Amino acid sequence: MVVNVLRRILESLGRRVTSRLWRLGFAARFLLATLLHSGTALKRFQLTIREIYFTGVLSLIIILVSGLFVGMVLGLQGYDTLQRYGSSEALGILVALSLVRELGPVVAALLFASRAGSAITAEIGLMKATEQLSAMEMMAVNPIARVVAPRFWAGVISMPLLAALFSAMGIFGGYLVGVQLIGVDEGSFWSQMQASVDFREDIMNGVIKSFVFGVIVSWIAVFEGYDADPTAEGVSGATTRTVVTSSLAILFADFILTAFMFRG
Amino acid sequence: MTMNNDSLIRLTDVNFAYDQRPILTGINLEIPRGKVVAIMGLSGCGKTTTLRLIGGQVRASSGEVRVDSQVVNDLDSDGLYQLRRRMGMLFQFGALFTDMSVYDNVAFQMREHTDLPEELIHDMVMMKLHAVGLRGAHNLMPSELSGGMARRVALARAIALDPMLIMYDEPFAGLDPISLSIVGELIRKLNDALGISSIVVTHDVQESLKIVDYVYFVAAGKIVAEGTADEIRDSTEPFVHQFIWGEPDGPVNFHYPAMRPYAEEMLSGPGRKQVWW
Repeated sequence: MVVNVLRRILESLGRRVTSRLWRLGFAARFLLATLLHSGTALKRFQLTIREIYFTGVLSLIIILVSGLFVGMVLGLQGYDTLQRYGSSEALGILVALSLVRELGPVVAALLFASRAGSAITAEIGLMKATEQLSAMEMMAVNPIARVVAPRFWAGVISMPLLAALFSAMGIFGGYLVGVQLIGVDEGSFWSQMQASVDFREDIMNGVIKSFVFGVIVSWIAVFEGYDADPTAEGVSGATTRTVVTSSLAILFADFILTAFMFRG
Repeated sequence: MTMNNDSLIRLTDVNFAYDQRPILTGINLEIPRGKVVAIMGLSGCGKTTTLRLIGGQVRASSGEVRVDSQVVNDLDSDGLYQLRRRMGMLFQFGALFTDMSVYDNVAFQMREHTDLPEELIHDMVMMKLHAVGLRGAHNLMPSELSGGMARRVALARAIALDPMLIMYDEPFAGLDPISLSIVGELIRKLNDALGISSIVVTHDVQESLKIVDYVYFVAAGKIVAEGTADEIRDSTEPFVHQFIWGEPDGPVNFHYPAMRPYAEEMLSGPGRKQVWW
């Protein structure tokens, strides 16, 4: 009896692990195929530009508004803590470093996954469900080259730009609250920021992070869409998986990247 | 159908299984050039799979699928794409690209596969749309079309590059009687005017028998009958007879096979619920 139960538990565990591994392998091969068939997306760049508009430009509102508010909150919270140690003029450094190193890439990527990633998955999934991808294949046009690759590259290109805009808006929000509202000295706010934020160490590392997150989100989004069951439940499940998986993957990758980048 | 060397398509002893589950067994089928051939059968009997085998979207487990003297199962992906450029396919609900206008849908293949100037593409698109009677609708988006119009746009898109073969997957499904006969007539007219060959996968008996030259009947993955429209109408084969005249009684059961007899099922009740341990 007990042996049977144990065997069943082990079996189901094994089945789950192997099916996940299969899927991961399939996703890796899919990424490889996307990269190999990127010629069309790069040669006919207007295809990618069109997708940049849908994924990047249309995400601007949520990114800019969120950036502004995150920066404003950072200004409030940072000032509250810093003034206890009499170093409230360091507010500029705190706001800028938190944003360009961490919050900019990470929060922008999380927002990007929910705003654009889910849309990409739903669109590709529905194209599959309505046989548009099959129709394309039958017209001798490779859907990976024509549909997947432009969306993938649009995500990869948009992500660092959105993260940069998020950080810029956040710094502006911190300035509004810190300098204009609370009255931290404007000169020290900007000059300390300028003196302490290193281009290579801080900004470039932030850009690298957001590039990596861009690859992760776009990869997951196009893969989930392409792999979705061609039914209503299939597409809705795939959309949810895109948001959940990419959010977790972003946070995990952020930890790994931070551990390598900022070792002190 | 008598073996003919001039056949555009020939399937010889084709078997196809999906995950060990046999879908098609021992299919022998021929499509002569210039003819409209129907493949009929119940939903899920393997009709659409036959089209997918011909288009190379799935590969036969055994046997040979030959299209225009090329063996489809042996082609690599480049060869397959070359072959598909000469085929058109009309999907069940049109499968129009929803993010493009009617015009762009028809122009899609011309832009993808040729370097023609936009003026020439414009003229070609308008000619194709005119042929299906929808030149006036070229600016509409697919969401603004009725089911019959969408099907006709898809037909214009399928003939965009003047293929040698058009495959129709359930072209009559869900159409009103007027659209139905318009689409039916178009299939026949385009076939004869363009000198192409057509395969119509359908379960719409009356409409398709009006327009086709030859019919194959598929049931449970096998070809059970074949013949011209008249031969099929007069067929005494029980399955064909039941199918053509839409009779509820016949070799095709109304009931899905159940594990236990009806009386036993009713008397025993739901029983004690099984728990997983």
